[in-house]
Amino acid sequence: MTPDDILKGLYDETLVGNGPAVLDLTHQALGMDMAPGSLLFDALIPALEEVGARFERGDFFVPEMLIAGRAMAGSMEVLRPLLADTGVETIGKFLMGTVKGDVHDIGKNLVNIMLEGAGFEVIDLGVQVAPEKFVAAIDEHQPDIVGFSAFLTTTMPMFKANINALEKAGMRDSVIVMVGGAPVTQEYADAVGADGYAADASATVKRAKALLQERRSKVLA
Amino acid sequence: MSAPLRHTVLRSATKEVVIGADKPFCVIGERINPTGRPVLQAALREGDLSIIAKDVAAQVAGGADVLDINMGVPLTDEAELLVTAIRMVQGLTDLPVCIDSSVVEALEAGLEAYEGRALVNSCTAEDDRLAAILPLVKKYDAAIVALPNDEDEIPMEAEKRLALTEKIVRVATEEYGIAIDDIVIDPLAMPIGADSTVGRTTLEVIRGIRERWGLNTTCGASNVSFGMPGRHALNAAWLPLAMSAGMTSAIMDARTPQIVDAVRASDLMLGNDEWGMSWIAAHRARQAAEAAASPA
Repeated sequence: MTPDDILKGLYDETLVGNGPAVLDLTHQALGMDMAPGSLLFDALIPALEEVGARFERGDFFVPEMLIAGRAMAGSMEVLRPLLADTGVETIGKFLMGTVKGDVHDIGKNLVNIMLEGAGFEVIDLGVQVAPEKFVAAIDEHQPDIVGFSAFLTTTMPMFKANINALEKAGMRDSVIVMVGGAPVTQEYADAVGADGYAADASATVKRAKALLQERRSKVLA
Repeated sequence: MSAPLRHTVLRSATKEVVIGADKPFCVIGERINPTGRPVLQAALREGDLSIIAKDVAAQVAGGADVLDINMGVPLTDEAELLVTAIRMVQGLTDLPVCIDSSVVEALEAGLEAYEGRALVNSCTAEDDRLAAILPLVKKYDAAIVALPNDEDEIPMEAEKRLALTEKIVRVATEEYGIAIDDIVIDPLAMPIGADSTVGRTTLEVIRGIRERWGLNTTCGASNVSFGMPGRHALNAAWLPLAMSAGMTSAIMDARTPQIVDAVRASDLMLGNDEWGMSWIAAHRARQAAEAAASPA
């Protein structure tokens, strides 16, 4: 197989969520001395972008998104240390968690897949994440964006509590805050002072990228 | 040995509905809910409840037995909105109501305003939620939908959900004096698209609840098909399976004939529609409606 065949195979097998094939091709590629960054940017990320596009059009469904994400994650386990060694940077670091009082995570996990699929490094704190835990994790990981997820109208007020905790810790301006979840609206996101909201997984990726670019252009200006 | 049959009695001012394994399945119409409906949210925020009248009419026409009312609009006074909606719905229909909120103040205001015996939706097995909601259920002589999840997780193992059900039953009956017949458990029907094993787990929980306590059960039926194509067909397959395992009600969209028909056909097959009289009556009503729509 030529490197092009490998990339095409990786793309195709990731798109259909064939985890074993994706892992096999990853090893083959590395055996041929292909650059880990090329596998990521020329095959895995484009495949997940296509998954997101198809999902948005209603041509792909939740299980297909999950297995494609899993297939990519299997390859990334092999690639991640190599990418770090070769100095390839992710497009951004995203810290994610379901707020305190809330144990729902299906939506959040879909968002994680699409973010990873777009090249973000995602650190998932799981469910029931208290404000102080978000603060400690932001301190430790220095993410570009932190995402708060809530599935209940009763747990949505934790967005505000989390943002207050960030302010108190003096880190509100150092991180972009995004919020989401079934009952959340743009108006609610605005009212609690979040920087961004998105209604679903692929919209989150677009919004996250846009917010990141905005922030970086401001820093440079 | 099976546990005894339990009857959960719900009432409006004038009508009684009984949930039980020897009764027709209780269809709790779900559409009176602004979650994910921006147009309805905007209207409600401006105090315009006219869309609700249409939703009520559609659920009643579709054959709902009880109506679920949820007024969880962010950034509004949910209690006030819920009271207004309950009064409005009670003026439009004599069906009993399921008061759906996770805000304790809204539940209390709703129960205070409601005429009859309501079903409260819902309470988890978390200590603070039980302590806040169960006294209201007792005070207003209502029934309660309880979910076997706690502050740590939504358990993915049937045994854990049954253990939390046991906790709910113990706390509700022993600490708050709520009749066991008035506890309706939601076994947590999760989306099958996110994990192909959750259907079997939920069926196991339903069977376990039926065998151990005989409690009535309900679930958010539409949830099972989240993220999948052919949602109506999936919901219409899920409900008969759940009914066969012992589920006695569901919060579902009564507007979809495919799903309601599956439920009513299962009522007949399970022996809860004597001589098929309800099934035959529904057939005649449909014939009459068709004849009226296309005069010869």
